[in-house]
Amino acid sequence: MTKQLNVFVENRPGRLESVTQSLLESNINVRAFAMQDRGDYGLLKLIVDKPQEAYLALSEKNFACALKDTLAISVPDKPGNLHKLTTVLAENDINVIDAYGFVLEPDHQGICCLEIENLKETNAPQIVSEAGFEVLSAEELSDL
Amino acid sequence: MQVPFWDERIETASRGDLEALQLERLKKVVDSAFKTPFYKKRLAKAGMSSSDDIKSLEDLKKIPFTTKDDLRKSFPKGLLACDMDEVNRIHSSSGTTGIPTVIYFSGEDVDTWTDLVARCVVCTGASKKDVFQNMMTYGLFTGGLGLHYGAEKAGMTVIPVSSGNTLRQVQIMQDFQTSVVHATPSYMLHIRTVLDENDISLKQLNLQKAFIGAEPHSENVRKKIEELYNIDAYNSYGLSEMNGPGLAFECVHKAGMHFWEDGYIVEIVDPETDENLEDGEPGEVIVTNLIRHATPLMRYRTRDLASILPGQCECGRTHRRLSRIKGRTDDMLIINGVNVFPSQIEEVIMKIPEVGTNYQICLDKQGALDRLTVQVEIYSKMFTGSAGELENLRHRIVEKLKGTITIKPLVKLHEPGFLPVYEGKAKRVIDERPKDEQ
Repeated sequence: MTKQLNVFVENRPGRLESVTQSLLESNINVRAFAMQDRGDYGLLKLIVDKPQEAYLALSEKNFACALKDTLAISVPDKPGNLHKLTTVLAENDINVIDAYGFVLEPDHQGICCLEIENLKETNAPQIVSEAGFEVLSAEELSDL
Repeated sequence: MQVPFWDERIETASRGDLEALQLERLKKVVDSAFKTPFYKKRLAKAGMSSSDDIKSLEDLKKIPFTTKDDLRKSFPKGLLACDMDEVNRIHSSSGTTGIPTVIYFSGEDVDTWTDLVARCVVCTGASKKDVFQNMMTYGLFTGGLGLHYGAEKAGMTVIPVSSGNTLRQVQIMQDFQTSVVHATPSYMLHIRTVLDENDISLKQLNLQKAFIGAEPHSENVRKKIEELYNIDAYNSYGLSEMNGPGLAFECVHKAGMHFWEDGYIVEIVDPETDENLEDGEPGEVIVTNLIRHATPLMRYRTRDLASILPGQCECGRTHRRLSRIKGRTDDMLIINGVNVFPSQIEEVIMKIPEVGTNYQICLDKQGALDRLTVQVEIYSKMFTGSAGELENLRHRIVEKLKGTITIKPLVKLHEPGFLPVYEGKAKRVIDERPKDEQ
C-alpha cells in the first residue's frame, strides 16, 4: 500500500520551511503534497520517495506526524475520467475522506491520491483496478 | 446625605458595645465548634477545652487558623456542628479540584445571614421602592441566593434571573424598569456593549444602582461602570466559606466596604509571619464567623489581600471598612467572576493522552469579558495523522475543561516543542488583562 506522510503544522510563518528543511537534510524527495487548512493549524500531506525515512527524520525533529495508507491511482488526463473514478467509488459505497490530485503528464497521465474510509475493509484497490484504473504500488509511486 | 439604616442600633453601636457582643458571640461559636470532629481535635491541640478559655477578644489568637484545605479534608461532615435534622440549606463548591467544600446552614443561620445582606442592600439607599434584578448565578454558588434573600427581606421587588443570556436580561430591565442590578463588574461592562449593539438607550432603562462583586476590581472600573450607565455602583465582598455576600458592603459614601463586625471578626495578618497587622496595613484577610452555628468557621484564611481603612465613615456606622481586594496569596484566577485554579486546568489536560505535558493558560479581554485560552501541545506518539481526530481532540479538551471549571475556554493545539520550556518554576499563566480591570 502507498504511504502518505501527514504532518501537523501550525499556521504561522516558517513552519512549512522547517518541515522542508528536515526533509532536505535527509535527502528526501517530495513527489506531491497538499495542505489541509484547519484554522490555527494545518495538516500537511506528503508523498515522498522514502516515506519511512521521512517519518523518522520529522519525528526526530519533534514533529507530530503519521504514516497513512493512501490509494494512488493513475488516471488518464482526459475529460470524464475523474468522474468515471468517482462513479465507481460511489457505486461501491466507498467513502473518500480526503483527496488531492495532480497532472503528471498533460493530456496523458494524472494521479489521484485518495484517503479511503476503512480502506482495509473496502476492497477498494481491486474495485478500482477492475474499473480499468491503475493503482500504483509504493515503488511505482516513488519511481515516478 | 440622608443615611438609611437597616438596624441603626447595631450599625452605630459604640466600639465597646460591638466588642462585648463579639466576645459573647465568639464564645457561642466556640461552643458550636467543640461539637465538630475537626475543631474538637484542633482546639484540644491548641490547649483549649471549652469556650471558658475565651475570656477576652485577645484570646481569639489562641484559636489556630483554618484553611480551605482543612475544609476539604473535613468533607463531608467534619465541620458539621449539629444534627442533619437541623440543617436547612447546603452550599458547596463544585469540588472540581478534587474534594468539594461544604457549608451547612441551620434555619437560624440562613436568617442571620439574610439579615446582614438586607443591611448591605439598605446601606446603599436601596429600598422597597426598587426593582432588583439579580444577575448573579443561582445554585450552589452563594452569590445569587445570598443577595436574593437579603433583597427580598429588605422589601425590594426581586427578579431572580440568574446569570447569562444578556439579551433577555436587557429585555427584563426594560419590561420591569429594573432600578438595581447585581452582577460582576465585567458583566456590567458587557451589558453596556450589548445595549449599544441593539440601539437601546439608557432612557429606555430605569437603572440607578448596581451591586458589583465576585471579582476584585479597581476604582477605575467602578467609575467606568458608573459613567457608562450614569448610576451608582457599590462594591460587595463575600466568600462562600463565610456564607457568601454580606460580609462587607459599601454604603452610600462608597469609601470602603463596611465589615459587619457583629457578624464577623476581621483580622489582617502578615501572610508570611502570621502576625496581626494594624489598621491601614495591607495583609491577608482572616475572618471568624460569629453567626453561623451549623458550620462554625474561625480565623479562616481567605487568601485575599486587603487592609482595614483607618478612621470613621461619614455615614455614622461604627463598623470598620475593608479596602478593595488588592490580590491573593495563592494563584487562584478569577475569570468572569468564577474562581479557577491553574491546577484544575492542569489536571484535566494531563488526563488526555493525545496532548503533551506542557501547557499554557492565557487570559485577556474580549470586549468587557475575560477570555481564557488554553494552549496545549500535540503528543507526537499519539498523533494519528487525521484532521478529523485533531478537531475531535480540541473539542474534547474544551468540553472537559468546561465541565471542570464551568468556563468555556478557547483551546489551541500546537506542535510539540512550541511552548516555552522552563527550568525550575514554569510560568504557566500569562495574564494580559489590564491590571486596573482585574
